[in-house]
Amino acid sequence: MCWSIPGKIIEINDNIAKIELSGVTKEVGLDLIDDPKVGEYLLIHAGYAIQKVDEKSAKFTTDFLNGKINGKEE
Amino acid sequence: MIKYVDEYRDVDTCLSIAEKIREISTKPLNIMEVCGGHTMSIRKNGIQKLVGDNINLLSGPGCPVCVTAIKDIDKAIALSQIEDVIICSFGDMIYVPGSKTTLAQTKAEGKDIRTVYSVSDALKLAKEEPLKKVVFIGIGFETTAPTIAAAIVQVYRENIDNFSVLSLHKTMPQALGAVLSDESCIIDALICPGHVTTITGTDMYEFIVKDLGISCCVSGFEPVDILRAIYMITEMFENNQPALLNAYERVVKPQGNIKAQDILAEVFKSVDADWRGCGIVPDSGLGIKDKYEKFDADKIFDINVPDSKENSACICGDILRGAKNPNDCTLFKTACTPMNPQGACMVSSEGTCAAWYKYGE
Ligand code: SF4
Repeated sequence: MCWSIPGKIIEINDNIAKIELSGVTKEVGLDLIDDPKVGEYLLIHAGYAIQKVDEKSAKFTTDFLNGKINGKEE
Repeated sequence: MIKYVDEYRDVDTCLSIAEKIREISTKPLNIMEVCGGHTMSIRKNGIQKLVGDNINLLSGPGCPVCVTAIKDIDKAIALSQIEDVIICSFGDMIYVPGSKTTLAQTKAEGKDIRTVYSVSDALKLAKEEPLKKVVFIGIGFETTAPTIAAAIVQVYRENIDNFSVLSLHKTMPQALGAVLSDESCIIDALICPGHVTTITGTDMYEFIVKDLGISCCVSGFEPVDILRAIYMITEMFENNQPALLNAYERVVKPQGNIKAQDILAEVFKSVDADWRGCGIVPDSGLGIKDKYEKFDADKIFDINVPDSKENSACICGDILRGAKNPNDCTLFKTACTPMNPQGACMVSSEGTCAAWYKYGE
C-alpha cells in the first residue's frame, strides 16, 4: 500500500500538479512538497506527491551499479 | 521507458548483484523485509531463489491492511450501518474478514461503501453529497498518514462538516521495536521500508542498530534496489559490523520530508494501537488531535464493538513477526485462497500469503 511511482510534472495549478505517469496524466496534490517545478520528477503516493526524485543520486546509483557491481562500461 | 524505474529492473544487473551476494555470503543470514511492497517485489522477481540458500528472507509488519486489527474492521462495518454514512476505503481493506463479515459483504447487502484511490476522492465525494456523512477509513503508515493529514487540514480550512476519518494509522519504529526485542526473534538485519523512510528520514532506525545490533538498510522497491540492499546487508553481516545504510538515495534523505512531518505533527498525536500479530503496541498509532476532533469519526460516532474473534488456525500474526511462513499454515492454499481468504495476509495485494500464493516461494 506504500506503493509509489515517479512521475514528471507537466503543469502546476495552485496546489495541484498534472503529472505524467507512464504515458497517462494524473492530478496530484502538492501539499507535502516544497517548491515543485515543471519538469521535475516527483514520487507519487495515494494521490499526493511525497518527495522529489533526486536526479543526481539516481544517476550516481546507476553509474555505480554499472561500473562497480555489474562490471559494465558506461 | 519510465525514468527511474526501468533502469532498476535490468535483468543483467540483477543477476550480477545476486552473483556477488552469493560470492560473499558464507553463513546463514535472516533478513526481514519490513514492507509488504518489498515482499511482493521479492516474490514476483524470484529474489529469494537468486540470493542463495544462506539468505532467508522473512516478512515483517509492514502491510497496513494485514496489521489492521479485526476489531477495527468490525468498527468500520459498524460505522457503515449508521444512516446517511458513506464509507470510503482503500481497495483491499473491504475484503478483509472482520469477526463476522467484511465491508464487501456489507456493501453487497446494500450499505454505501466505496473504494477510493486517494483521500482526496473521499473529500470530493463529501463536497458532492452535502447531506451524507463521508467517513474515510484511514489506514497506512508514515507514508500515507501525511496525505490524510493534508485532507484534514483542508476540510478544517474549508469548513466542510460532513467528512471524517476513522484513524487507524500506525507508526513503524514502535512495532519494529516490539517485534525485534522479542526473545524468540531470529532476525539479523532489516530491509527498511523505502517510502515510510522517505517521510520520516533514516534516524528512526538508529536504536535498532545501536541497542539491538541489527543492521538496517533502506531500500527502494525495484529488484535492483532490493538486491543492492541485500548485498550491502550481507557485506555488513559478514564483516560483523551492523550499521544503518541507505540504498534508496534518489528519494530518501537523512532528514526525510520535513513538510510532511510537520503536517503529521499538526494533525495527529501518538496513541496506543492494536496490531494484528503484535497486540497493543504503546504509542504506535496516530490519533486525531483535539483541534481537529470534529473530523474524528471515533469521536463523532459512538461506536462500540465487542471484542473480536480471530480464526484460530490463521497464523497471520506469526507471519507478520517474521516467525513463520505461509507454508507453516494448515489453511494455506486449501481453505485459504485469494478467492476465499481466511486472513488479512491473503487479502492484501501486499500480503505475504497472497504473494506466496501468486508467485510461489
Ligand atoms: S494462509 Fe490464510 S489462514 Fe493461513 S496465515 Fe495466511 S491468511 Fe491466515
